[in-house]
Amino acid sequence: MDETVQFTLNGKAVSLHVDNDRMLLWVLRTDLELTGTKYGCGEGLCGSCTVLIDGEAVRSCQTPMKSVGGKHVTTIEGLAKGEVLHPVQQAFMAHDALQCGYCTPGMIMTAAGFLSHHPHPSRGEITMGMENNLCRCGAHKRIIEAVATAAKEMEGGF
Amino acid sequence: MRKHHHIDAEAAALRETFEIDRRDFLKLAGGGIVLFFTIGELPAIAQQRQARALPTDFNAFLRITENGRIACYVGKIEMGQGIVTSLAQMLADELDTALESIDMVMGDTDLCPWDRGTFGSLSTRSFSPALRAAGAEARLVLLELASEHLSVPAANLAVENGIVFEKDHPQHRVSYGELAHGRSIERHATGKAVVKKFSEFRIMNTSHLRRDGREKVTGKTVYAADMRLPGMLYAKILRPPSHASKLVDVDIAEAKLVKDVVIIHEGTLVAALHRLPDMAEYALSKIKARYETPPTAFDDNTVFDHLLKAAAGGKIVAQQGDINKGKAESAAIVTSTFLDGYKAHAAMEPHAALAVIENGKATVWASTQNPFTCKEEIAHELGFSSENVRVITPYVGGGFGGKTRNLQAAEAARLAQLSGKPVQVAYTRKEEFFFDAFRPAAVVTITSGIDALGKMSAWEYNVYFAGDRGAAHFYTIPNAVTTAFDASVNGAEGPHPFATGAWRAPGNNTNTFARESQIDIMASKAGVDPIEFRLQNMTDKKMRDVLTLAAEKFGWVAAKAPSKRGIGVACGIDAGTPVAAIAEVEVDASTGTVRVKRVVCVQDMGLVVNPEGATIQMEGCITMGLGYALSEHVRFKGGEIMEENFDTYDIPRFSWLPTIETAFVTDNEAPPQGGGEPAIILMGAVIANAVYDAVGARVFQLPITPARVKEALEKNVK
Repeated sequence: MDETVQFTLNGKAVSLHVDNDRMLLWVLRTDLELTGTKYGCGEGLCGSCTVLIDGEAVRSCQTPMKSVGGKHVTTIEGLAKGEVLHPVQQAFMAHDALQCGYCTPGMIMTAAGFLSHHPHPSRGEITMGMENNLCRCGAHKRIIEAVATAAKEMEGGF
Repeated sequence: MRKHHHIDAEAAALRETFEIDRRDFLKLAGGGIVLFFTIGELPAIAQQRQARALPTDFNAFLRITENGRIACYVGKIEMGQGIVTSLAQMLADELDTALESIDMVMGDTDLCPWDRGTFGSLSTRSFSPALRAAGAEARLVLLELASEHLSVPAANLAVENGIVFEKDHPQHRVSYGELAHGRSIERHATGKAVVKKFSEFRIMNTSHLRRDGREKVTGKTVYAADMRLPGMLYAKILRPPSHASKLVDVDIAEAKLVKDVVIIHEGTLVAALHRLPDMAEYALSKIKARYETPPTAFDDNTVFDHLLKAAAGGKIVAQQGDINKGKAESAAIVTSTFLDGYKAHAAMEPHAALAVIENGKATVWASTQNPFTCKEEIAHELGFSSENVRVITPYVGGGFGGKTRNLQAAEAARLAQLSGKPVQVAYTRKEEFFFDAFRPAAVVTITSGIDALGKMSAWEYNVYFAGDRGAAHFYTIPNAVTTAFDASVNGAEGPHPFATGAWRAPGNNTNTFARESQIDIMASKAGVDPIEFRLQNMTDKKMRDVLTLAAEKFGWVAAKAPSKRGIGVACGIDAGTPVAAIAEVEVDASTGTVRVKRVVCVQDMGLVVNPEGATIQMEGCITMGLGYALSEHVRFKGGEIMEENFDTYDIPRFSWLPTIETAFVTDNEAPPQGGGEPAIILMGAVIANAVYDAVGARVFQLPITPARVKEALEKNVK
């Protein structure tokens, strides 16, 4: 059903007239031209499309627009504060925790969501927190190290 | 004679094309100082003919502009392997300039000279000598110009950070950018410039972070599916249930009712186009189609018998002594059969392309490993001449050999032609599995013997359908023969019910699994520690060195397998790089589950241009390799692919990650060898051998699933 959906996207108010059954992923990538959020599987199995909704890591390919109204949506494009990268972004760069980079936005958003609940995670907790995000290049080792580094950096918050 | 005449005519045509081409390049590249050079060997005439002929005397060039930036134009692409960093490192070092001042311009068929494609761990290996020489030569040209500009003999000049200065008066200086100002100079590399000695390196052989890191962590990197053009439509194409299916009839009436949809129905091509991709998908779901599918001949369980029956044309790839003599003289002989199923590439980025046709010229942004082949495929599809097609390759989200088949680009171009609009085709994950050119299922049979002293005495190796890469052994076996049947891994035709193709280190994963498993079997037969046994039967110094260093790093304590410790070893060679690994596993005998706890891997890749980048490639190989070793195989019935998404096709996850330790045997005077693939070839064998060491049961088929481990354990009991 067509509906006007109002929400906050990367800190700015957005009002869209859309079919509210459409998934957030396609609205972000097409209507809003924010292509940092990736399609990887379309069924919530790979995590490439992860965004934050009210601070929680969510699969945008499984999130209909009707559930987005009134929420705060953050995508990879909105994670940094201007030129200052989020500690997770900074740590991914510093650890070279990426290769082809396609899964990276979803990994970073998942990690950001995870760290907000687990400020002092063990390696095992990081592993389980990232478990349902897939990477094919095999950057896993460095991603875990990056998330651990980001956790330390974020002691003072971001 | 006729043949020669033909080649001469061809060569003349090539020269002509080249002239036009070079002018085009220069026009596109603008002014500045341009140096043309050749990387690796130039393609043979035949290959050029196939590619409709491009430059005969260079296949890369670099351009120095007045803003001081140095652009290097090559037909390679970046898919995560890191050449955007390592190639720039070589150039910056030879030019005595900052790494940051180098721009790599890659994968654009209008801007970059022809290239076969990015695969085979070849980019650094084949680029290294020529790219470095080009950098060194460009530096000489710049010195010459600076000498004129400053009126100082070149011998009295030095360069630092892109600034040429008089050694005795460092303030008397001129920058590369100033030298390029207002000039249009064109040179061809003579190959006479002297490259730096190892001791003079400043940027090479030091670790650098990825140059594309910042844009990748901020979501700014553009992949093919991220390209947007005004008025573009997203296409979703009707797909058959099986590769063997034939479309009988189709009903598009209901789909046509979807608001703003464009339905294309041209022969067997049926597609829904819409300005929103999800609405195109919805419209496609309203198309009703009926297919006829012939009965299934075989599936993933029965494929091996089918392949053995279909095998033809054995080609001997290596031979020593007389195999019959070797067998007769052996004190013990073991025959084994090793099986490997089809594997998917499953890059996280599915194939995508955006095509636009304007004024008779098609421009296509495609996720491809071989943009120049892609260009020819599109030209053929459209009925265009090759000059009227331009392929631009944005960043590629993983390839592993899977992005050398460019169906999606041809489809996007064809739909753009039929609709008159820019059209994107981006595969769903299901399409990605369906159209993947899988790593082929394969069979290896080995009969090998040891003599009374426990030394290898005979080796008869037959590989069917995997390909011959990595088939030849490197042990000292007096009597041996290696034969490859149906060695080509590529092709939609033949005994496979779907396309097969190169998968990260094609052939070598299967061959190394078989060879190194069998070597372990012989070591056990001889009652010798598996590393000791390998060293006893090996003289190759590089291989001995990587194996010895791996043992040292691991803290290997010699024991005959099965030692119940769950540690295994394997070694191999790929892309010129010898590599050895030791793995420690834990096997749950009640469930058959294998957990890899630790992997130590050592390789000798000659000069390591970017140690950080090379280490990452090794880690990636080890992690990705866990998948084909433990879980990945494509289930199918005839031409119907059962794998549709990651719920059933299980690729490695964070919880699978072992402790990974990597090291290099350093040989910095040797030219760089391949690094993107070698370590992955060991993962099947090293895990199979560790499982055997743990529980005394051997799995002869990849992947080493819990069911196969249990089956092997039960066989042992009987």
